[in-house]
Amino acid sequence: MPVQNPEQIFQQKIEDELKIEPKDWMPDAYRKTNLRQISQHAHSEVVGMLPEGNWITRAPSLKRKAILIAKVQDEAGHGLYLYSAAETLGQSRDEMIADLHTGKAKYSSIFNYPSLTWADMGAIGWLVDGAAIINQVMLTRTSYGPYARAMVRICKEESFHQRQGFEILLVLSQGTDEQKAMCQDAINRWWWPSLMMFGPHDSESTHSEQSMQWKIKRKSNDELRQQFVDMIAEQIKVLGMKLPDKDLKWNAEKKHYDFGKINWDEFWNVVRGNGPCNKQRLDARRKAHENGQWVREAAIAYAEKRNEKNKSKVA
Amino acid sequence: MKYALIDYTLHLADTTLILAQRNAEWCGHGPILEQDIAITNITLDLLGQSRNFYQYAASLIGHNASEDSLAYLRKEREFKNLLLVEQPNKDWGQTTLRQFLFSQFHFFLLEQLQKGNDTQLAAIAEKSIKETTYHVRWSSEWVIRLGDGTEESHQRMENAIEELWRYTDEMFTPVEYENESSVDFKELKTKWLNNVKKVFAEATLTIPENEFMQTGGKSGVHTEHLGYILSDLQYLQRTFPGATW
Ligand SMILES: [Fe+2]
Ligand SMILES: [Fe+2]
Repeated sequence: MPVQNPEQIFQQKIEDELKIEPKDWMPDAYRKTNLRQISQHAHSEVVGMLPEGNWITRAPSLKRKAILIAKVQDEAGHGLYLYSAAETLGQSRDEMIADLHTGKAKYSSIFNYPSLTWADMGAIGWLVDGAAIINQVMLTRTSYGPYARAMVRICKEESFHQRQGFEILLVLSQGTDEQKAMCQDAINRWWWPSLMMFGPHDSESTHSEQSMQWKIKRKSNDELRQQFVDMIAEQIKVLGMKLPDKDLKWNAEKKHYDFGKINWDEFWNVVRGNGPCNKQRLDARRKAHENGQWVREAAIAYAEKRNEKNKSKVA
Repeated sequence: MKYALIDYTLHLADTTLILAQRNAEWCGHGPILEQDIAITNITLDLLGQSRNFYQYAASLIGHNASEDSLAYLRKEREFKNLLLVEQPNKDWGQTTLRQFLFSQFHFFLLEQLQKGNDTQLAAIAEKSIKETTYHVRWSSEWVIRLGDGTEESHQRMENAIEELWRYTDEMFTPVEYENESSVDFKELKTKWLNNVKKVFAEATLTIPENEFMQTGGKSGVHTEHLGYILSDLQYLQRTFPGATW
């Protein structure tokens, strides 16, 4: 039997659809790409709590309040699973969080838009969680084991979120004129940023090709985006609302919806930190961390005192 | 008799709702992700309890009363929550202390309501007591950890006690609608104080002496904080009267 080198074993595993596990040998770039992507994903879950958290105290009924709180809490849980998955690649959560706070690490740009009305809770659930699901369902089959398993848990909750978001909009769409207007306005504001969530066109995307080869990604940005447009263009009919795109129409030949041009200047502008809420979101995360400093220190000090006491008891 | 029961049930509903509303302000801003989740669990539990109390109150009131009409369309002077629960979060120390002082009381209260003569309240208490046991444990651990943590955390806890202690006696001072209830306030206070002393001792914290006690929340005379809480809470219902959500 020929002796295989670690790189061949790795490559063979990828080809055989076997998962790569933390202790396995992996190319440095594979580790780095996964670490970047998973930590970025974790940050997105946590920063993503902010726009929706913004409406918790103002939710319009006790039932909606309970659903919204549980939803935002789920996102915190997603953040936890993902930080744990990322930690298996050799960086601590503290380091990842520090990178977020210095701006070195990114998070999904969608959360740099403001949540202005109650209808935004619906639009975010329906469109933003909806776009996230499309990406995440693909990632349940990603080649890195801990990431794939985290995605399986997360996807179940995300589809709840999407349905709940849609439900919020459905009620508004059947409500008063003001509620209908609120519903349409939220869709108008969140539609294009949601399309941007899938990232640049395949032709412009820097990481895509290698990620496909390593089976970190299994579909291209444009494929995923098309899948999302096809889904939403159908669902919106139930709401009796319109997507803000005059070029949106069914293409019978391609069996897909055609849609208009995305404003990539806006996309890059937000990525570079100039979105409407980039500053507020990062400030809020930093502030929570700083305000928690004394709490974390006290918890450590207390645990150490405890250990000392227990030791002296044993001795 | 029925009016007293309605008011008492509303008092329980308002207290749990307002504390949930306060705790909810932490969601997304906690000191560490695990604790963000933990306090949000407590928020959800309290919100669930308040909904049960409101639904019961609504059934007693009849007409078109609902959990939402009671939570969203009553005014400052009609709210009957304890003053303690409307106090600001300020920092993690004050928040966990507030939770501890309340949950420790709430646990013994639910224990009594479980055995009380109102079957509906007994049923809600029965459902709520297990989660409240967890709230007591979680908040006691934080009071101890912060009280006996660093110099800074100890000082912050002393400050929080200074801030909140004055609102504790209201829990044991019956108002008119509580006169006929089967709650034994004396026993409640004894048990509560006992446990608070134990936890404070372990936390190296001291109970203030001769603190003047503030009351009024249970009869609708609140601190200035409540108005702001309600203006957030009720904003949409007030802005769009009659809309369904
Ligand atoms: Fe999520
Ligand atoms: Fe979600």
